[in-house]
Amino acid sequence: MENYGEQTASGYFRVAQESKEPYAPEVEAQFQADAEQIIARYPQKRSALLPMLHLVQSVDGYVTGRGIALCAELLELTEAEVSGVATFYTQYKRHPNGDYTVGVCTNTLCAVMGGDKIWDTVSERLGIGHDETTEDGKITLERVECNAACDFAPVVMANWEFFDNQTPESTLQMVEDLRAGKDVRPTRGPDKVATFKETSRVLAGFLDGHADEGVGAGPASLEGLKLAKERGWTAPAMGGTSDVQPEGSGAPAGAGAGQPGEEHSSTDTPANAPGEKPGTDASDSTQQPATPGEKGN
Amino acid sequence: MTTLTPILSATWDDPRSWTLETYERAGGYAALKKALGMSKEDLVQLTKDSGLRGRGGAGFPTGMKWGFLPPPDGGPRYLVVNADESEPGTCKDIPLMMANPQVLIEGVAITSFAIGCDHAFIYLRGEVVHVYRRLLRAVEEAYAAGHLGKDIHGSGFNLDVTVHAGAGAYICGEETALLDSLEGRRGQPRLKPPFPAVAGLYARPTVVNNVESIASVPSIVSGGADWFGGMGTEKSKGYGIFSLSGHVTRPGQYEAPLGITLRELLDMAGGIRNGHELKFWTPGGSSTPLFTQEHLDVPLDFESVGAAGSMLGTRALQIFDETTCVVRAVDRWTDFYKHESCGKCTPCREGTWWLKQIMGRLEHGQGTEEDLDKLLDICDNVLGRAFCALGDGATSPITSSIKYFRDEYVAHLTQGGCPFDRDAATVFATNQKVNA
Repeated sequence: MENYGEQTASGYFRVAQESKEPYAPEVEAQFQADAEQIIARYPQKRSALLPMLHLVQSVDGYVTGRGIALCAELLELTEAEVSGVATFYTQYKRHPNGDYTVGVCTNTLCAVMGGDKIWDTVSERLGIGHDETTEDGKITLERVECNAACDFAPVVMANWEFFDNQTPESTLQMVEDLRAGKDVRPTRGPDKVATFKETSRVLAGFLDGHADEGVGAGPASLEGLKLAKERGWTAPAMGGTSDVQPEGSGAPAGAGAGQPGEEHSSTDTPANAPGEKPGTDASDSTQQPATPGEKGN
Repeated sequence: MTTLTPILSATWDDPRSWTLETYERAGGYAALKKALGMSKEDLVQLTKDSGLRGRGGAGFPTGMKWGFLPPPDGGPRYLVVNADESEPGTCKDIPLMMANPQVLIEGVAITSFAIGCDHAFIYLRGEVVHVYRRLLRAVEEAYAAGHLGKDIHGSGFNLDVTVHAGAGAYICGEETALLDSLEGRRGQPRLKPPFPAVAGLYARPTVVNNVESIASVPSIVSGGADWFGGMGTEKSKGYGIFSLSGHVTRPGQYEAPLGITLRELLDMAGGIRNGHELKFWTPGGSSTPLFTQEHLDVPLDFESVGAAGSMLGTRALQIFDETTCVVRAVDRWTDFYKHESCGKCTPCREGTWWLKQIMGRLEHGQGTEEDLDKLLDICDNVLGRAFCALGDGATSPITSSIKYFRDEYVAHLTQGGCPFDRDAATVFATNQKVNA
């Protein structure tokens, strides 16, 4: 395996000198061209940093020292600023990654439903633990957190494609097929799992032509719809009311904020009524702490 | 009896449900055309009147959030869609965006028009690459059809949409951490105020809304406020996707009016898996205090769930039967919060670390009964004192599980280990999954 870096016993990571070797000119030119496209998506160029770090991984297979330096140069940041971001997010790898990241969900629900058993089986078979890579450089094994597919538990991800309703045997088979270089098809995803580098390029925002492959929804996603159709349940009809009126508010339509005594009399922007707060009318429970995976609503 | 109301999920079984063609065949983008003929004020008022409340968990009235934006000053205003679905148990937005990304794009276009935004962002978690493909492709198709871009349908309204992939961090679901992340920084929460409505993305006025909230907007424009409010309860209006997972016969997505009960939903899902009984469940993800059998008839709306001591959250109904060790479940969630704590504030960074140490030894039968009081004491020092809601969420499973299952904690101590057989809880133990 390439000797790009090493993880010390304390977990502290040193980037080896090799990862700082300059890019070949044509590689760097391509990177710059791609980076320009990414930067153009945003009003401020620092926003391009996360996709650009995915782009570094698509070139180097992990976040290299030279990748950090190039991102810093193109975005006019310090290398420390870029490193600070690269070390915050779990999808950025600071040492060479396998061709396929296999992530077993071991958050509570999947763990209970069998994820722990899948993890034990695969980890033992491969002889590696969390964030470790097989000798052949093919598989990096990870314990992943909830990946938003709980109705398909236990769930395993391969390069962030869904493998639903897994068993220890099915995951072992998938891993062996990946190591053997066979095409492996996710349950909900493209026709075959792409390599880590190819996947990283998609995550940088470059479509790979596989969006129309695979199913729209897996079986569990359709359980409610299927039942509704069987029993003839539908949402209430929309009733052909073509005029939607701002009823009940007393605010004249088109009068902007409209309320008497409004603070912004020159605006054409809707505003809440003076003193309008959640809890006065529509709700009284919004003072509860919100759960963080979901705030901003 | 409450029945299901497929609206967002109505076309998910179409063979090519994600395409613009399928969406338009089902009437898609009629709402955008209608909205472009309305005034911005009327659109905001309509959303207020509908009673739509944030579908990402907090339940804040969506139209009111839009109304918090200050008057235009000539500078940009932004819409940012929170598609960082990561709360354990929550699995509604990801299937929605995979199966029907166009309904979200249409909602983005209508909302952007209503709030005077010409550049909107969708912040998707990075760990779902096929969903990212579908969203990128959906935006591409929408531009080509003139639903996005310049002078949309001759209205003079311009809108660009950028779909942005994160890189793995639960905390980025917190709206201000999400904004920092979208600005290319470590995803750590910001002090509020100022709220995003005043100083959000690039310190400009910004609305941050959940995927399902924005995806509900086209139906409100088409159906009207009364139609939407005809579903749900007086204060929790409309419909939502309920996600059943765990030890149920048919786990999956069930779109229903707010106020439906778990008893009703379980009945639709074929009940608890054969031969077993309900032990505990989360109403809205792991950050919402646990419920038990005694809560089967609590209406799943914001008020009723709150009154019963938990939160509606994301309607992520994780169901566990009697084979599940509650201490093990809570220990693993605590591991999660410790792992995902961003490190910015001391109560959460240190608190989650200590909670994990104690939960871990309790699960392995190595603690003492005093540890239970210590857990509660630490939770008391984290809840309400952390910088954001992640710390609060970390305490919910611990305090609620001790409240309902103290004896089970004690059993770990008296037996010197976990009394449960882990294999019995797995799906392969019974090998009876119906839809395998």
